[in-house]
Amino acid sequence: MKTCLVVDDSSVIRKVARRILEGLDFQIIEAEDGEKALRVCQLRLPEAVLLDWNMPNMDGYEFLRQLRRMPGGDRPRVVFCTTENDVAHIARALHAGANEYIMKPFDKEIVEAKFQEVGLI
Amino acid sequence: MTPGDYDFLRKLLKERSGLVLNGDKQYLIESRLLPVSRRAGVAGLDGLIGKIRQPGNEQLVVEVVEAMATNESLFFRDKIPFEHFRETILPALLASRANQRRIRIWCAAASTGQEPYSLAMALKEMGPALAGWRIDILATDFSLGVLEKARAGIYSQFEVQRGLPIQMLVKYFTQVGDMWQVAPEIRAMVQFRPFNLLNDCAALGHFDVVFCRNVLIYFDAPTKTEVLNRIAKVVASDGYLVLGAAETVIGLTDSFRPIPDKRALYGPAPAKPLAVSNFSRPVAAAR
Repeated sequence: MKTCLVVDDSSVIRKVARRILEGLDFQIIEAEDGEKALRVCQLRLPEAVLLDWNMPNMDGYEFLRQLRRMPGGDRPRVVFCTTENDVAHIARALHAGANEYIMKPFDKEIVEAKFQEVGLI
Repeated sequence: MTPGDYDFLRKLLKERSGLVLNGDKQYLIESRLLPVSRRAGVAGLDGLIGKIRQPGNEQLVVEVVEAMATNESLFFRDKIPFEHFRETILPALLASRANQRRIRIWCAAASTGQEPYSLAMALKEMGPALAGWRIDILATDFSLGVLEKARAGIYSQFEVQRGLPIQMLVKYFTQVGDMWQVAPEIRAMVQFRPFNLLNDCAALGHFDVVFCRNVLIYFDAPTKTEVLNRIAKVVASDGYLVLGAAETVIGLTDSFRPIPDKRALYGPAPAKPLAVSNFSRPVAAAR
């Protein structure tokens, strides 16, 4: 079973994402900010990361930059999932190494389509 | 709705759009037609059917027929047909049309435009390989309403997130408020035109590829056969037909043959040889 790290400071979003991704046969680990997510990745790299942008302590963009510099950090497929829906943010995320980008609000179909797009399903 | 009204509606839809109402479609009819009756200012479905039964209400008839059509579409829907397009169809056509350097593609049930725009983006992604080529994409649908949306090329955030890779969104769309519009260079690659698949398609010209996906499923078997045979007349002998994943030509027509190991991809069947007994003799005997 593949592991997905869900990084979002909203417990509601984490819960919704968990429900959707468990339905797609992922094992879920949750983190409420970038710092905690990095600690998870230092212990064990997940196959997938569903990543919010704006979070306290460390935002999603900085988390992604640091993840990609870790040994093996190029392997996890990272899907941003954020309300930052303008082209500039999307381009910045792709430049930092994001594989896909979900604009909130989202639904199961969109998550499934995006995870398929990056070869996770 | 009275049985008489239901029968009238069933016949009207079959005649105008080929749509077959199987079984109990009361829920579908209500959900699609009650908004039409409200817009027309008539009381419920009974009032609506009563009005379109009277002569002189052609515009309302068109609205009813269009409202009953299913216009669900996605960018790069089902993926596999677009893999066929990139990996099988285009390489073959680029080789066989190297002299003419022209390819004509027909999206026969284009709905709100996602399919032809997906093809246009796939072509654009090929870059210099298509330099000097003229590639026409004709996109047709019988519904004027969906064609209007297709021509505008403006889609919601939800619509652009299903099937469209984010890199393509950034590359080929412009943000317009909360919506996303297909870039002018991609829109310019597609010509939209109203056309009903129940009519003769000869006037549309000849095509190298026809995408006719997820529309035959709404027709009965004789209508499917008629549509497929008409399409066969406008597809090049070395051209391609792409159907939906749940559709087939098998048992419907001999005009097309499945292409092995390529799901929902068909080529025109080779012309049948003339019967030996009537038109030719063995070579030795002819000498």
